[in-house]
Formats: sequence, structure tokens, C-alpha cells
Amino acid sequence: MLELALFYLAAGISLVSTILAVTRVNATHALIYLIISLLASAIIFYLVGAPFAAVLEVVIYAGAIMVLFVFVIMMLNLSPAGEAIEHRWLQPRMWIIPALFCTLLLAEITYMLSRGDNLLMGHMVGPKAVGLELFGPYVLAVEIASMLLLAGLVGAFHLGRRYLTELREETS
Amino acid sequence: MTEVVVIPMEHGLLLAAILFLIGLLGVMVRRNILLILMSLEIMLNACGLAFIVVGAHWGQADGQIMFMLILAIAAAEVSVGLGMLLQVHIRIGTLDIDLASRMRG
Amino acid sequence: MADHAFLIPLIPFIGFLILFCTLGNLPRYWVAVIGVGSIGSSAIVVALLGIEFLSQKDPTPYAVHLYTWMNLAGFQPGVSFYIDGLTLTMMFVITGIGLLIHVYSSLFMFEEEDYSRFFSYMNLFVAAMLVLVLADNLLLLFLGWEGVGLCSYLLVGFWYQDSANGMAARKAFIVTRIGDTFMALGLFLLYQHLGTLDIQPMMHVATASWAIGDPTVTLACLLLVGGAVGKSAQLPLQTWLPDAMAGPTPVSALIHAATMVTAGVYLIARTHELFLLSPIALNIVALIGAATLIMAAFTAMTQSDIKRILAYSTISQIGYMFLALGVGAWASGIFHLVTHAFFKALLFLAAGAVIYSLHHEHNIFKMGGLRKKLPLAFWSFMIGSAALAALPFTSGFYSKDAILLSAWESGPMGPGLWAAGLLGALLTAIYSFRLVFIVFFGATQTEPDKPAGSVMAVPLLILCLLSLLGGLLTVPVSQVFPPATALDHSGLIPAVTLAIPILGVLIAWLIFLRRSVDLGAITSSAVGKFLVTFWFRHWMMDSLYDRVFVKPYTFITLANRRDIIDSFYNGFAGALRLLHDYATLSQTGQLRTYALVMLMGVVALIAVFAGVITP
Repeated sequence: MLELALFYLAAGISLVSTILAVTRVNATHALIYLIISLLASAIIFYLVGAPFAAVLEVVIYAGAIMVLFVFVIMMLNLSPAGEAIEHRWLQPRMWIIPALFCTLLLAEITYMLSRGDNLLMGHMVGPKAVGLELFGPYVLAVEIASMLLLAGLVGAFHLGRRYLTELREETS
Repeated sequence: MTEVVVIPMEHGLLLAAILFLIGLLGVMVRRNILLILMSLEIMLNACGLAFIVVGAHWGQADGQIMFMLILAIAAAEVSVGLGMLLQVHIRIGTLDIDLASRMRG
Repeated sequence: MADHAFLIPLIPFIGFLILFCTLGNLPRYWVAVIGVGSIGSSAIVVALLGIEFLSQKDPTPYAVHLYTWMNLAGFQPGVSFYIDGLTLTMMFVITGIGLLIHVYSSLFMFEEEDYSRFFSYMNLFVAAMLVLVLADNLLLLFLGWEGVGLCSYLLVGFWYQDSANGMAARKAFIVTRIGDTFMALGLFLLYQHLGTLDIQPMMHVATASWAIGDPTVTLACLLLVGGAVGKSAQLPLQTWLPDAMAGPTPVSALIHAATMVTAGVYLIARTHELFLLSPIALNIVALIGAATLIMAAFTAMTQSDIKRILAYSTISQIGYMFLALGVGAWASGIFHLVTHAFFKALLFLAAGAVIYSLHHEHNIFKMGGLRKKLPLAFWSFMIGSAALAALPFTSGFYSKDAILLSAWESGPMGPGLWAAGLLGALLTAIYSFRLVFIVFFGATQTEPDKPAGSVMAVPLLILCLLSLLGGLLTVPVSQVFPPATALDHSGLIPAVTLAIPILGVLIAWLIFLRRSVDLGAITSSAVGKFLVTFWFRHWMMDSLYDRVFVKPYTFITLANRRDIIDSFYNGFAGALRLLHDYATLSQTGQLRTYALVMLMGVVALIAVFAGVITP
């Protein structure tokens, strides 16, 4: 039963920190809450029997990807004036219509989930099984993912390089 | 394949759905591009969670593989997205997505 | 040689392509070599083919199938050539006369800026004309038919900087297009009833399936005649030819005298088996020919522009050919086509030589006394006019004599047609020698400066020879047409036929050279004045057409300037534009709005999904 309790605890942390991440006016604070949410997700992964995915969640998501955000926040040089602007942008009435539709969608999903049988989960799938599957039937998907990453690399390099040259022109 | 913990799958999926919707709400409400990108990350992570949960139910590796592919997509998306964010910042001088509306009409 | 028949139209076409694609960047010398050389090579192939064909003991026509042009539900017109005596005769004329005229042009047009363009169009014309006469089926013939029409348009408007020339070109194109439409309708009708457009099988099927005088075959023949009168400038579509003289003189000689305008004659001769089934259509052809030849002859007597006189004379002479076809004297008609090509090309080229020496002077009353100064042009004109007037023992005499005698012997309408032809012959002699006497005798009006060069002289000399001795030739068409009745050359009628042209020359001599008759007194009287004006304006046909067709048409177009039908489409477009403006309102450029709208769509979709799919 400890596992079950841990699951609900992690789920609760994840929900709360995500809500906080979305509503913060300070980008750095939002980022920290987002990292907490991701770590909670990693715990859930571990609990449902996917330890390899849990490790990847911590290393890549919470580690590598979030560091990118940190770098960008550093480059943007955000000032306290920005927070005032964020306050002005985040007026309560802006939330009404999107929240209404999100609630509708949630209700629909809940309705559909409630109609199924009471399914349980709890099979351990270790890294070896994942690796065999990944480089067996899914080898083409791996190749495609590598190409996608290459495209992302080239795209980021292209966009960022022009940014740098323009900055250099401004300073000189 | 050892039994680890018995958790109702519906609860896992519901959590994924709620996280996804919070992310979607963030995309729709926030005007700061940085926050929009973070919300997108939340949505992608929610998708990954759903895959893991379903994979755990069937006891198969496919769910985790899908999660890894989502990781790859997220990495690529973030790198390009942040590059574009910098471009918007340098060209328009703000991070307000509503001002980047030259595609109107 | 039969395997090489495809070269005949191909070589001029390649010449056209070379000259056209180099856009006038070749040196003049090379342009002349290519332009003249392509026609010369084609002429050599024709000559070899002709020698081979005619040296057989019993020449048999044959078809050369190159490839199937298209294949549409059993309709398979081929690009295939049919070679028999008639085709060969036409090819001799086209390539032979064509070569002489090209040689002549190489000097005549030398000063022109667009030397290369001129030769490219001329080569294309020869190629199209050869396709026309070689074609094995009426569709390929129609391709050549339209091709020569296009070249005629391009060459009449050759000096396009002057808008009058452009208008003349358009007139030529549009008027012949009316005839072409009739011809196309005729082809449709023939295909509908006979199921083929291949000429030889078609003729057999027609003879087998239609009785003589069947209304359908009459209608088909009349539609073909519609095409022929348009192309050959016969009543009622003859008005374009005089204006077509706006083109360069070699063009008038080649296209508007020797070859293209006789395409109608060729068409009727080629489909003569069809016409034999319809006596009514044949009578109409004869009547058209007779009426046209008299009308045009009267007009030619009153004109003052040297080229227009020749143009009306061409219309008149083609009238003789139509008359011959109409009375069933097929071979005589084709023979007149050949001799006419000789002497009319000669006359045009000689006229060109005069114009060349007199700085583009066209008015005969500003010429005069050129006999001594331009002896070559003078003798060319003398020989050409003698042949045109059918003075005895010239080439024109043999052909015209045969036509008139055939007309006399052709049934109940015969004497009437004969009389009309005879009147035409008299007028022909008068107007042709009027031209000679005014231009080459009397007082000098304008001093010629540069005489024609030797390159121009050689074709003139050859044509002089042909015009004089062409009557000795026989056209190899005896197998193509049904045998003609032997003509009786003794008795009163042939004697009168022989004497009339001489009488005409005498009258012209009395009036225009000796001036024994006071012409001024006759033309200044009320009736004379009216007739001269009436004939000068070609029986008021242009103004009649202007009143009946052009003016109402322009009135309607002006009234419908804003186009009623267009307004419907414009309204449709306007409504679409309005809708478009509303639709663009949804494109706000706001990313967040797009996301919201997508969410709404997802909510709706899942609502449907959950309601329908879930049990």
C-alpha cells in the first residue's frame, strides 16, 4: 500500500507544481516549479514499473532540456519591470473561456475513462526489454528520431547564429 | 516481469489528461513566449506519461519507446523554439506573442 | 524515292526552324543560302520523285504512311502522303515556281531589315503548302490549309509598322477564316456520314453509298466549296485578295497568285468524285467561277495600282479554273492552274522589278515610257500579258481555249457559261494590254534608277520561257480524272474563241495607245462616271459588306461594351471576394486564438467520438 500512497502523493505534487508553473509571473520561478513537476513524474514512472524512463526523465527532461531554458533566461536579461508587465497580462478574465473549454474536455475524458473496466497496471519493464525492442522492431523510428534531432540542431544553429552576428554588429 | 505495484490505470491516465490540460491552458492564456514554450513542455510530458501508463498496463516496452521518441521531439522542439524566441526578441523587442501577428488576413 | 517523300515538306520546314530560331542573327548571305537552298533541295527531291513516278509504264498512285497522327475511338488520321499525277503537278508548281521566286526575293528583299523573318515565313509557307497537296486525308489537308492561311497573314502584314498593312492582313485572315469554317463543317458532315477522312477510301464509300443528287452530298460539296471560295478568293469572299497586295511583291507572286489561292481549285479537283455525285454543286461552282471572272475583269479595267490590277486578274483567272471544274473539265482546270502560275508569277515578278526600279511606285499613271529603260521588265510584261490574254500559241491560250470549249459543250448551261468566259477573255485582253501600254509606252513620268540585278533576271527569263512554251506541256493527270470528251477544234465556235483575245488587244491598242477613242468623254458622262466608280470599287462589294456585316457588328459590340455575360461572372467573382474578406477576418495572426479554436474543435470532435464509438 505504500506504493499506492506514494503514487497519489507524487500525482498531487505534480499537479500542484504544474499549476504553479503555469501561473507564475517570474520566469525563473515558473521554471523551478516545472522541474519539480518533472521530478514528480519521474517518481510515477518508477512506481508503475518503468525505471529506465524515470532515469531518462530526470537526466534529459529535468536536466538537459530545462538547462536550455535557464540559458535563454540568462541571455534575455529579464528585469523587474517585466514582472509588472506579466501582472498586467495575467488578468483573471482572460482565463474564463480557455478554462471553460478545458473543463469540458476534462469532463469528456473522465466520462470515457469511467466507462472502461477497472484496469490495473503493475508490470515491471526493465531497460533490457526496452533496449531489445528499441533496436529491434523500432530501429527505423530510432533513425527517424536521429534525423529529427539533426534537423533541430541545424535549425537551432541557424537561428542562434544570426542572433549572435546581429548582436556583434550592434556592439561594434 | 515482476509485479511491482498495483495502481488503477484510470488514475494514471486522468493525471496525464489533467497535466495536459493545464499545459494547454498555459499556451492559451500566457502571452510570454517563454512561458508558452514551458507549457508546451508540460503537454509533451503529459503525453509521455500517458504512454508509460498504458505500457505499464500491458507490460510491454512500446510505451517507453514512445516516451523516448517524445523526448527526442521535445529536445528538437525546444532548441528550435528557443532559437525563434531569441529572434522574436531581437526583431520585435518583446516576448509578447500577441505582437507577433504579421500573419493576419 | 517513295521512302523519301517525307523530305519534301520537311526540308523547307527545317529551313523555317533554322531561320526562325536564330532570330535574324545570321548574316544575310547565310539566310539566302538556307532560305533558297531548302526550297531548292525540296525541288530536287520532287523532281527525282516525279521522274521515277512518270517513267513507269503505267504510273500507279501510292500512299506513304509515316505515322498515325492521333487515335480517337477508331478515328485514326495518319500523317501519310498520297502521291499521284495531281499531287505531282501541284508539287512541281509549288517547288519550281517557289524556287524561282525565292531566288528572285534574295535580291529583291535584300535591303529589308527583316530579311531572315521574310525567308522563314516563306519557307514555312512552302512546307505547309506541300503538306496540303501531299495529304492523304482531309484532316492533314486542313492542317496545311490553315498553315498556308497563317503564312499568308504573316506575310501580308510583313511591313507591320504601317497599320494599314496590319489591317489588310487581318482582313485576309478573317475573310478566309469564314471559308475555313465552312470547310470544317463539311469535314464534320463527311466524317459523320462516311466514317473516314482518308480521301481515297472516302471517295469509294461515297460513290457506293450515295445516289447522284443526294441532298447530303450536295450539302457536303457546298460546304467544301465554301472553303474553296474563301481560300481562292471567289464570289462572295473575294474581297480580301486585293488588299492582300499590301505584302511584298514576291509574296503576292508566290502566295496570292501561283499557289495558295489555287488551293481551292486543288481541293475541288481532289474531291471531284464527290462533286460528280452532285450536279447542283458543280453547277454552282461553274456559276461562281463565271460571275467572279466577269466581275473581277471589269474591276481590273478601272484600277490604277499595278498590283491591284494583277490581283483582280488573279481572281478572274481563278474564276476560269472554277468554271472549268464546274463543267467537268478537270484536267483543263488544273492545266490552267499550272499555266496561270507561270504567267502570273512572271507578271508579279516583272511588276516587282518595275516597282524596285521606281522607289516603290505603284500607280501606273505615274509610270510610262519604260519600254527602253527597263527592257527586261517590258518583255516580261509583254509575254506575261500575252499569255494572260490567251493570245494564240502562248501557254494561257491552250488552257483557256480548252476551258471555253469544254464550257460550250457542257449541257444546257454551256452556251451561257461560254459567253461569260468569252466576255471575260475580251476584258482580260483589254485590261492586261491597257496596263502594258500605259506603263511602258507614252511619255516618261518617273525616271527609273537601279535596274534589276541578274539574280532577279534569271527567274524572269525562265518564267518567260515557261509562259511562252508552257502550252506544250501536258499535266500528268489523265489517270486521276475521268476522261474528258474530245474537243472539236474546227468550226465557228473555236474560231470565235480564238479571235476574241486578239480583238481585245486591238481595242486596248486603239483606246490607250493610238487614242482614237476619246476615253475622257466616255468616262466623264454620267453613266460612264457611275460605271467607272462602280467598277473601281469592285461592284461596291466592300462597302456592301461594310454596311451589312461590319457596321452592325461594331454596333453590337459597342452596345455590349460592358459584356452582359461577363457581368454574371464578375458578380460571381465579387461574391467570392466578399466571402473571402469575411473569411480573412478569422485569420487574426494571434497564436493564442488559434489554440483556443483548435481546443473548441477537439472538444466537439471528442463529444461526437465518445457518443458514437463508445458502447
